[in-house]
Amino acid sequence: MKVLVPVKRVLDYNVKPRVKADGTGVDLANVKMSMNPFDEIAVEEAIRLKEKGVATEIVVVSIGEQKAQETLRTALAMGADRAILVTAEDRVEPLGVAKILKAIADEEQPQLVILGKQAIDDDNNQTGQMLAGLLGWGQGTFASKVEVSGDSVTVTREVDGGLETDKFKLPAIVTTDLRLNEPRYASLPNIMKAKSKPLATKTAADYGVDVAPRVKTLKVVEPGKRQAGVKVADVDELVMKLKAMGIAK
Amino acid sequence: MKTLVWVEHDGSAVKDATLAAVTAASKLGEVHLLVAGKGVDAVAQEAAKIAGVGKVHVADDDAFAHTLAENVAPLIVELMGHHDAFVAPATTSAKNIAPRVAALLDVMQISEVLSVEGEDTFTRPIYAGNAIATVQTSDAKKVLTVRTTAFEKAAAEGGSGAVEAVASTGDKGLSTYESSEIAKSARPELASAKIIVSGGRALQNGENFTKLIEPLADKLGAGVGASRAAVDAGFVPNDYQVGQTGKIVAPEVYIAVGISGAIQHLAGMKDSKTIIAINKDEDAPIFQVADLGLVGDLFKVVPELTEKL
Repeated sequence: MKVLVPVKRVLDYNVKPRVKADGTGVDLANVKMSMNPFDEIAVEEAIRLKEKGVATEIVVVSIGEQKAQETLRTALAMGADRAILVTAEDRVEPLGVAKILKAIADEEQPQLVILGKQAIDDDNNQTGQMLAGLLGWGQGTFASKVEVSGDSVTVTREVDGGLETDKFKLPAIVTTDLRLNEPRYASLPNIMKAKSKPLATKTAADYGVDVAPRVKTLKVVEPGKRQAGVKVADVDELVMKLKAMGIAK
Repeated sequence: MKTLVWVEHDGSAVKDATLAAVTAASKLGEVHLLVAGKGVDAVAQEAAKIAGVGKVHVADDDAFAHTLAENVAPLIVELMGHHDAFVAPATTSAKNIAPRVAALLDVMQISEVLSVEGEDTFTRPIYAGNAIATVQTSDAKKVLTVRTTAFEKAAAEGGSGAVEAVASTGDKGLSTYESSEIAKSARPELASAKIIVSGGRALQNGENFTKLIEPLADKLGAGVGASRAAVDAGFVPNDYQVGQTGKIVAPEVYIAVGISGAIQHLAGMKDSKTIIAINKDEDAPIFQVADLGLVGDLFKVVPELTEKL
């Protein structure tokens, strides 16, 4: 079966985001960009399904600026088979992304679409669920274990308070949580090989999808900072302070 | 504006997260509730008593027993025919359901709302809380999830909402519930605990968690949390995790033991009222946000503290 994996190019998770002085957003000029970590987990899971003989082809998709091509090459170097880049000048919201992905899914007919549960830039946590809604498919969100058997996929999901296991009819959507797997690094020979793997470039218009944003960002500011407090010398002083604050009796 | 608030419950009682969502919704207009589940009469009666609530819609059917998004989303979409905003607390079940509802309504969801600035304008955290965005939506209908620690809880008593049954939209046949492993604990849940004691990697193993963190928590009647490092090292289960990728908490008192204070952890607890840090490294970033800090070896300090409290 075919597996579709959408990936997003985001500010690298090790880089501390800096809010621009004019309050229009976070500064992305001359900073390291990488594949969204949850999407790396999605690519890894697809590759593992292929290694188990469950998946036959892995198609990766990215929607964004031309440079998102680098992110797709990374996925190809990890082990994906081919890539589709949908270029967009402006920011595309989760709803717009889900509409483009629906059009691609209609064309490609995958049995499984695996996505990161959220992108670490906008922290929306929406695209997978929206795509599932638009396609009318089941959605195994926040997955920490995925098992495909016959015409269904069983997903163990990380929920408040513990784990929940649900079964979904294929085709289905899976969104990944952190503990699903540890993504591999691409080896040098595979990075070289990835350069010759097929990468198609499209636009949102090719799919007849309107991706005009519905939400306008009015301003972006840094969060209020906490002031550092005082250090106490020993446990007795700590207990005294806790009592004075009414925390301990 | 008429709002429909998702009632988070465990089948027998309303969860506190609901009360924060009610407060957020009341800033937009009239508050109606939706209780979906199986055998949820008691939940509906309890929900009707929440202060300021108008109608309580109750959908009681096997299809809703495990709040599977595939079955619950169409129900909400139907009710949104005569509501203007869907407001849900940002719990894992609502985070699963709300975007599906938004897509079916052709609406862009606003996730993890921190404040309501106007009927179409909200603030929300981006980049793991390292930046706060003010956003304005042009969608006629709104779909919001709200950060429950950012809103006061509505009073659980004092209201007299009218309970009204709604017809089931049925089982869509896309998904089935198999099983769950929900941790049972006599300690307060992280989401509603007034005091939380959290341990980090410095605890070294799970036994030390039991030996040091739990007695301190029990002395204070506190919930027990952990950093991602402690969870990844296998000291405690996943549901203990406080942080960007775990639970976001804001208790009255947060005691961080042997936690260095990585950005990802701070994102989950920095809105606590009072933060107390115990760490042997005096340069640990946790001290930059702590109201009270004690530099010392946790293996000596924690038992002494537990004893002297």
